Amino acid sequence: MSKKKYERPSIKRIENEMPNKFGLRSEYKPMTHIDGVAVKDIIKEHGSPVFVISEKTIRQVYKDAMRAFAIRYPKVQFAWSYKTNYLSAICNVFHQEGSWAEVVSGFEYDKALNNGIPGNKIIFNGPDKTRDDLKKAIDNKSLIHIDHLDEYYTILELADETGLRPQVAIRVNMDTGVYPMWDRFGFNYENGQAWDALNKIMISKKMDLVGLHCHIGTYMMTAEPYGIAAAKLADLAVGLQQKYNHHVKYIDLGGGFAGKNTLKGAYLPGSDTNPSFDDYAEKITSALINSNISPDHLPWLFLETGRALIDEAGFLLGTVIANKRSSIGKRNTILDIGVNILFTSFWYQHKITPAQEFTHHTENTMLYGPLCMNIDVIRENVELPLLNPGDHVVVHHVGAYNMTQWMQFITLRPKVVMIDLEGKIHVIRKGESMNSISDYEGMPKHLTDFKL
Amino acid sequence: MTNLKPLTIAVTGLNAIDSPGPGVAVARGLKEAKSFDANIIGLSYESLEPGIYLHDLFAKSYQIPYPTTGTETLLERIKYIHSVENIDVIIPNFDAELYSFMKLEKELNKLGIKLFLPEINQFEERQKINLPKFGKDYNIKVPHSKALYDAGEIYSLHDEFSYPLLVKGKYYDAYVAHTPQQATTFFHKISSKWGLPIIIQQFVKGNEYNVTGLGDGKGNMIAAVPMRKQYITDKGKAWGGITITDENIIELTRHFLKSTSWRGPFELELMKDPEGDYYLLEINPRMPAWIYLAVGVGQNIPEAIVNLALDQAVEPFESYQTSKMFIRYSWDMVLDIAEFQQISTFGEL
Amino acid sequence: MRIKSNIAISDSGFLLNPATGESFSLNPMGVAILKMVKDGKSLEEMTQEISQDFDVSLSILERDIEDFKGTLTQYGILENSKND
Repeated sequence: MSKKKYERPSIKRIENEMPNKFGLRSEYKPMTHIDGVAVKDIIKEHGSPVFVISEKTIRQVYKDAMRAFAIRYPKVQFAWSYKTNYLSAICNVFHQEGSWAEVVSGFEYDKALNNGIPGNKIIFNGPDKTRDDLKKAIDNKSLIHIDHLDEYYTILELADETGLRPQVAIRVNMDTGVYPMWDRFGFNYENGQAWDALNKIMISKKMDLVGLHCHIGTYMMTAEPYGIAAAKLADLAVGLQQKYNHHVKYIDLGGGFAGKNTLKGAYLPGSDTNPSFDDYAEKITSALINSNISPDHLPWLFLETGRALIDEAGFLLGTVIANKRSSIGKRNTILDIGVNILFTSFWYQHKITPAQEFTHHTENTMLYGPLCMNIDVIRENVELPLLNPGDHVVVHHVGAYNMTQWMQFITLRPKVVMIDLEGKIHVIRKGESMNSISDYEGMPKHLTDFKL
Repeated sequence: MTNLKPLTIAVTGLNAIDSPGPGVAVARGLKEAKSFDANIIGLSYESLEPGIYLHDLFAKSYQIPYPTTGTETLLERIKYIHSVENIDVIIPNFDAELYSFMKLEKELNKLGIKLFLPEINQFEERQKINLPKFGKDYNIKVPHSKALYDAGEIYSLHDEFSYPLLVKGKYYDAYVAHTPQQATTFFHKISSKWGLPIIIQQFVKGNEYNVTGLGDGKGNMIAAVPMRKQYITDKGKAWGGITITDENIIELTRHFLKSTSWRGPFELELMKDPEGDYYLLEINPRMPAWIYLAVGVGQNIPEAIVNLALDQAVEPFESYQTSKMFIRYSWDMVLDIAEFQQISTFGEL
Repeated sequence: MRIKSNIAISDSGFLLNPATGESFSLNPMGVAILKMVKDGKSLEEMTQEISQDFDVSLSILERDIEDFKGTLTQYGILENSKND
């Protein structure tokens, strides 16, 4: 006869506001499989912690986003935001779906070229483009989004030097009623800087003004500001139409759409309150369609959405190292997932679920990472089932930024695997080894020897 | 025994405590309904909400998950309760839960459960932070207000505001500040609890009036009962009040409903300044805790909500008894721990 | 270690301490262990008995029971008896 499944003993004080077994069920509904592959098998094969990317989810979410815009506007083009996650396998899923590339540094630019993106389908954003970067982008006919006048003058010089016509847009910042207003990037709309810059470009006659760009903020939890932004860019486009009889080819609304994560301090979960692609699309496209832009010269709508397209497809699997009790008797659980690889735990209350079946009994738990640092907290106060050392957990919605902003600290960064549409697992980034770190170090000769 | 149609109605807000939810008062109204025979189910968040233990009003109570856990969990729990109780209508009574119920309305309708709530855009545009725009859009006087994100801005308010002014949280809390120093203190106090922005509102001197009512979603006024608070607790809650006759308030309410096509119950908080002008201070998108006063003076708003939710024709109430008072009292029940054990272990009682 | 007198545990896992008015909720393993403590069983007897029926190693069980007892003491349900 097989033995019964064991659960460790637990006792909880009943408080008036006890979230009992009926209160928080879905929070800890176990996630035993990702796209049909058992979590425990992935960890057995690839170790713990490990990032898992669902190719299926990427494609589904992308199609949903594309549908939301394409049913409302005839010319829509996404450009994959490399900074959000530039693992090449992930970029290429987006490129297969039709996304161009949006990069913000020379490094990302080269990465996009290496991935096989034609130069004229790379959007080059950001305040730090070196002269060499700009030259390369001009040679490749890439879309250069000018951030400041110094950059404009460099491009002007390069246009003379090369005899080529740079393909440029300007980044515009503006008041859309959101706080904080992102006015550090680009040219301001309200004070006329943006219009000045456009005039300079048009009058220079040395570059092609192909687009207008803005990126109003990050994790925007209402869609209205996008409507305002689209209207203001459209207004600039109309100005160009009237003054120069010039028609921009595209209007780029940037990114900043919120994902489904819940920000710390938010009362309701982000999955309920954050706008959908349809909400954003409705505001943006109606502002464009209702503008005075000539319908014969309707510009393409470019979108550089990053987070909202990839967050959901990323999971981080980990393992319980130990259970402790704090000085006041509170349950502390230590995971092998630290804030160095889960950067986003600083601002999200990440959804964390066990990877095995459990009863409804729970504990209020503080989840710590393995780093020897006090700030290494993954979740404060989360109701979780009674986890044991060796049990696995799944952290949800981690696809954005974690794999680009992670830090190598006291240990090595883990593998990233992708589950393809057939449920096959591919390693898309190897786990780091001692050599990946020490190979870059140098040792002065006089420091090689010592005696203890 | 009555021959009235039996209906099962689930009601939240059973916390008849010192800062009370309206659930118990709503249940009393439903019990007195003349158009149906109400079997009332209580939905509670906590195990010590007094309504749970008022078995004459609530046939049975169930615990439901906090709004913070998300609509998916709430829907799952309601499906379970529905499978036992076969609910016809749910009347949510908390500000904090309304968003979740509005979001779930379609899903609940599919299950055969009806609601009668404001639409999401109506709910949003009346949020405190949007009140200035609301006033402008609908030509309703509201006290001048401004959202602040930085306590430093308090020192530059003198161009727009005069002291005293109100310092308010996005959802809850409000304090009267007489100096910038006080305003700064309140700014920090409220923002540490409810986050940013903080709303600065011009203090309007005068008398406060409240009106509760019901809009049919097509711009018509189904009910409206104005009241003046006579006794206010230290939490600012009415512990006694009196119905008043004031055509201006009724007109303002009618204008509010007509211009917004408000759907569902509401409470308007108004301030009448010495010149006799009414300012709209706040719009609560639900019934107030004193809703039984409206029932008692002839406008059974809870009953009308149920009928509207079920697509029954509801005639607007024409009148109410004026100069009727309510005085609230508290009442200690004595009960066995077995009842508490039942609700806290099994989530139903 | 012994359990304070008057403490009642129901099979559903509801525990009331009438001396303090506090109530608690336990999972089935918690109820089982508390009953064994009440019956005066030793740690060894408890681990033996449980591991016969449940899929768990003795060392994990021992740790869990110790941890559990610590919590019970913290909650004032267990008290140290003189012969401990």
